[in-house]
Amino acid sequence: MDVRKTYKLFAAGEFVRSESGRTYQPDGPHNVPRGSRKDLRDMVKAARGAFPGWSRRTAMNRGQVLYRAAEMLDGRRAEFRDLLGGGRPAGGQVDAAVETWVWYAGWTDKLHQFAGTVNPVAGPYFNFTLPEPTGVVGVVAPEEPALLGLVRRLAPALCGGNTVVALASERAPLAALTLGEVLATSDLPPGVVNVLSGKRQELLPWLAAHMDVNAIDAAGCTAAQLAQVQEAAAGNLKRVVQSGPGAEALSPHAALDLMEFKTVWHPIGV
Amino acid sequence: MSLTHLGSLMRGVRSVDQVGVEERAAALAKRSIKKASKLWALDLAIRCIDLTTLEGADTPGKVTALCAKGVRPQPGDASIPSVAAICVYPSLVATAVAHLRGSGVRVASVATAFPSGQSFTSIKVAETREALAAGADEIDMVIDRGAFLSGDYQRVYDEIGSVKEACGSTPLKVILETGELGTYDNVRRASILAMAAGADFIKTSTGKITPAATLPVSVVMMECIRDFSRETGKQIGFKPAGGIRTSKQAIAYLVVLYETLGPDWMTPERFRLGASSLLNDILMQIQKERSGAYQGADYFSVD
Repeated sequence: MDVRKTYKLFAAGEFVRSESGRTYQPDGPHNVPRGSRKDLRDMVKAARGAFPGWSRRTAMNRGQVLYRAAEMLDGRRAEFRDLLGGGRPAGGQVDAAVETWVWYAGWTDKLHQFAGTVNPVAGPYFNFTLPEPTGVVGVVAPEEPALLGLVRRLAPALCGGNTVVALASERAPLAALTLGEVLATSDLPPGVVNVLSGKRQELLPWLAAHMDVNAIDAAGCTAAQLAQVQEAAAGNLKRVVQSGPGAEALSPHAALDLMEFKTVWHPIGV
Repeated sequence: MSLTHLGSLMRGVRSVDQVGVEERAAALAKRSIKKASKLWALDLAIRCIDLTTLEGADTPGKVTALCAKGVRPQPGDASIPSVAAICVYPSLVATAVAHLRGSGVRVASVATAFPSGQSFTSIKVAETREALAAGADEIDMVIDRGAFLSGDYQRVYDEIGSVKEACGSTPLKVILETGELGTYDNVRRASILAMAAGADFIKTSTGKITPAATLPVSVVMMECIRDFSRETGKQIGFKPAGGIRTSKQAIAYLVVLYETLGPDWMTPERFRLGASSLLNDILMQIQKERSGAYQGADYFSVD
């Protein structure tokens, strides 16, 4: 029997249709939810709610969850390969996505040692600096590659302890929406990752201006969109991360770009 | 009212069509209120709020902060109106009165062994008198649910009467605690009992148990108020309280109010919303309508 799948948004740990009831067909015969600004609003709310729990988990536990995402993705290689058009390039993309999860899983409990410092200061203080998660991050996934592009931005954001609302590739959203199914079975608490599909031009201004979003990873923005995002993001001084050349490389800086640094002055020797 | 009259009054209460009430509430809750109408509704909602803090950990400091917030919910923006009243425990009435003098915001005090109501009538009356002496402008009393559920309507009736007598002209809100009454029929009976005994407002809940205020229960209570007004000409007020946290919920109550009781009741004199965290959500919604951007809790005061 031919069972046709209904692709849905991944919001607050559940698979839902857009509240607007709209769909579009960007990628073959499938109806894909055309998310609205209200879906976005609900997702930001879910991400905000999930932030305290996720960011307070031990780094080791976060690593285990990211590793499990790799395991779950690994188990569905064939499905993703077909979704991405099949053949060798698609297979390579899935391999790279699995590797990305594993790589950032290893970094969760190393970011502090790597980027944290003890600072020499002229006074009786023990002075140290530590990275802390920024909060709710809006990830604008690149249009291509549909799966790997998102995973490369998503994994580092989660690695540092942020929660995410991700805009899937507009032209090829199926892999991103299916990635939601992978994350739903990866022990990720509901709301930590939310995946929204739909028209960029419709959703971006609301994401960029949302006062409860703390940072935007603008990897998938065109130059015009980036200018638009930066202007709207100024409203609450959102961090806007543009991934320049070398964004494809696995790097702890991808995680640190979405973290804030806290410096503590601790009196000593009085 | 004599025992026989009260008995026949209670026996004469017709039962509630549960499915009909729930469906009507659900249908009204779906009504879409947008843009200018929404801003109007939110403004009215703020003016009807009884901003409440009823915790064991309440301190004069917390009540002072709440009073400041009630008078000027959005510092620096005079277009946001003050709330209707600040609702506190009797021991904190004096603090609230001192901070609200001249502001137009009233002080409501819970009384009568809130929230359980399980105490002696003399103590409940004495508590009411003390709260009034401390300067309360309104009294929120609870009914004795134990007596009501065991069928001792006379006791409930007399107690409300005694407290109303102690209140004199001060408005008395009677809390039915609908979550403990079990059925819509009981809610209707308790509403009629309270209104007959002299309540100026009937109020759904204490906020201490779940379920607190729900829309269907509010429909039932408002219909009682409507019927009572048609029979006696007295316009009794309505106050849902407990669990109302979002602007959307508040607007749903206003829609039900308009559809059941009409525009005469859309005023703080006859409608109140008992709430605490609702106010910030309304401020965020107003700011969203004005600025066009969704708001975050980081930019509003912490309650």
